[in-house]
Amino acid sequence: MQDNIKSSYQQLEQKSKYTNVFLRWFLYFVLILFASYFIFPLYVMVVTSLKTMEEIRQGTLLSWPSGLNFESWAVAWGGRGYGAGDTFLRPYFWNSIKMVVPAVFFSTFIGAMTGYVLTKWRFKGDSWVFLFLLFGCFIPFQAILLPMARTLGVLGISNSIIGLVLVHTVYGIPFTTLFFRNYYVSVPTELVKAARIDGAGFFKIFFKILLPISAPIIVVTVIWQFTQIWNDFLFGSTFSFGEAAPIQVALNNMVLSSTSVKEYNVDMASAIIAGVPTLIVYVLAGKYFIRGLTSGAVKG
Amino acid sequence: MFKWLEKNLPKIVMAPAVGLIGWFVYGFVLWTLYISFTNSKILPKYELWGFGQYEKLWASRKWLISVDNLLVFTALFLIFCIVIGIILAIFLDQKIRAEGVLRTIYLYPMALSFIVTGTAWKWILNPTLGIQKMFVDWGFENFTFDWLVNREMAIYTIVIAGVWQSAGFVMALFLAGLRSVEDEIVKAAKIDGAGLFTVYWRILLPMMRPVFFTSFVILVHISIKSYDLIVALTQGGPGISTTMPALFMTQAAFHKSQVGLSAASAMMMFMAVAAVIIPYLYSELRRENAR
Repeated sequence: MQDNIKSSYQQLEQKSKYTNVFLRWFLYFVLILFASYFIFPLYVMVVTSLKTMEEIRQGTLLSWPSGLNFESWAVAWGGRGYGAGDTFLRPYFWNSIKMVVPAVFFSTFIGAMTGYVLTKWRFKGDSWVFLFLLFGCFIPFQAILLPMARTLGVLGISNSIIGLVLVHTVYGIPFTTLFFRNYYVSVPTELVKAARIDGAGFFKIFFKILLPISAPIIVVTVIWQFTQIWNDFLFGSTFSFGEAAPIQVALNNMVLSSTSVKEYNVDMASAIIAGVPTLIVYVLAGKYFIRGLTSGAVKG
Repeated sequence: MFKWLEKNLPKIVMAPAVGLIGWFVYGFVLWTLYISFTNSKILPKYELWGFGQYEKLWASRKWLISVDNLLVFTALFLIFCIVIGIILAIFLDQKIRAEGVLRTIYLYPMALSFIVTGTAWKWILNPTLGIQKMFVDWGFENFTFDWLVNREMAIYTIVIAGVWQSAGFVMALFLAGLRSVEDEIVKAAKIDGAGLFTVYWRILLPMMRPVFFTSFVILVHISIKSYDLIVALTQGGPGISTTMPALFMTQAAFHKSQVGLSAASAMMMFMAVAAVIIPYLYSELRRENAR
């Protein structure tokens, strides 16, 4: 009797072990299936960029290139050198760098200062001020495109990189303020109070106490702003054209231009070039990237 | 003087942010609102004209199509992103080997611009050399996949690319949510004899209500604003079959010299976003104050 129970228990355990093994396989199967869906476009982009047009016509999306042929990369980056009508990404890549660096710097700095005031120098109605700024995260930019275009015109900086720096700085402030405000809220106010009693002033407290512990949130904010601004298309395409365009606009123009035969390999190489900076940041600092995404989203 | 400066220094430091946002966000929205009540064509005019632009807007076939597209896109985009995001989050939560690698793969599209991904998907979905040719070469000779150039189906290609871009984000939100639940709760349920399925369906997912809410708000927000992806993938075509409000607005404003009409369409978008965001901000603030 005792033995009987024992053996049937063992049987049951054996069985659940099998279902468990089956479940695990199923789990991995689904996860890998989705992984291939997500990786598929990247794979196709890379493979296509390394093929010649002849290979593209003969093979399929998935087929392997005959060799490491970086010619379309060279064409995408530096053109063919026949002058007029030869569009390539290099100048626009630098446009984007010249736009991103100051815009990220200014918006992060303003956000840090504002977040500092909102949490450590609280005043009556400060949470309303925060809400006032926070709402800026959500406005559909279509509602400000028309007046912005006119303002840039009046200031004489339409179709210029300076104009785009201004636009990206302004519309980055709500996000950067949100990040710093939520970070500084968790810093004990006692620290600041003690420093104030010791006679430290507004800026001294910021630079001596808060800034040294702000590294993580600065990284999060810089990555967030960098990704947003680098990837922007709406502002870039509305407020600039021709030579002042950032890289996403140039990429779109290149792909859409139907002057000659479609060269998918060059298109794909261009798309990779335009995507690589943010992709590198993501791979190197994924943790901070995700933190920015989730706190940029969850908290507002 | 110095005393006053010292006392008001925090406010002075904060002034640029408040001033800039006040002018460039609130001021500009109000300006757009005002212009939407005028009969502005190429240049803004300032005499009021009533609701004429809104009447014109809602009588426009193109606008109706774009609203219709937006509804279809939003519904599918929401459903697929949330379902895929939840499945991936729950599966990844099972002490999976190589979780980090898988997570990185699911989320990397978020780091790319819609123009980059649109370019890639356009190439993959093109009927001559893309997926269709792949299947035909594999022996499925009658396989056709022409959604990109098919008026009826083109909108779904935008869904495919959009879901691909954003599902990983929902996964990240839910994974963070699931990880923040205390182990004790799950353990207690398991001791009571609940299976894994029951644990998730009855206990954990209902606890994720705020995450559902957040995902919903963020995704609706993304879809109302979607512009880049359409430009890169279909330019609103074939014909006007994949136009959406954001595209309608920029075309009216910058290509067709219908400034007043475009302002009206921008205000409709603004109101749609506000209808979703204001309750969200309200509930978030209440939660924060309750803490």
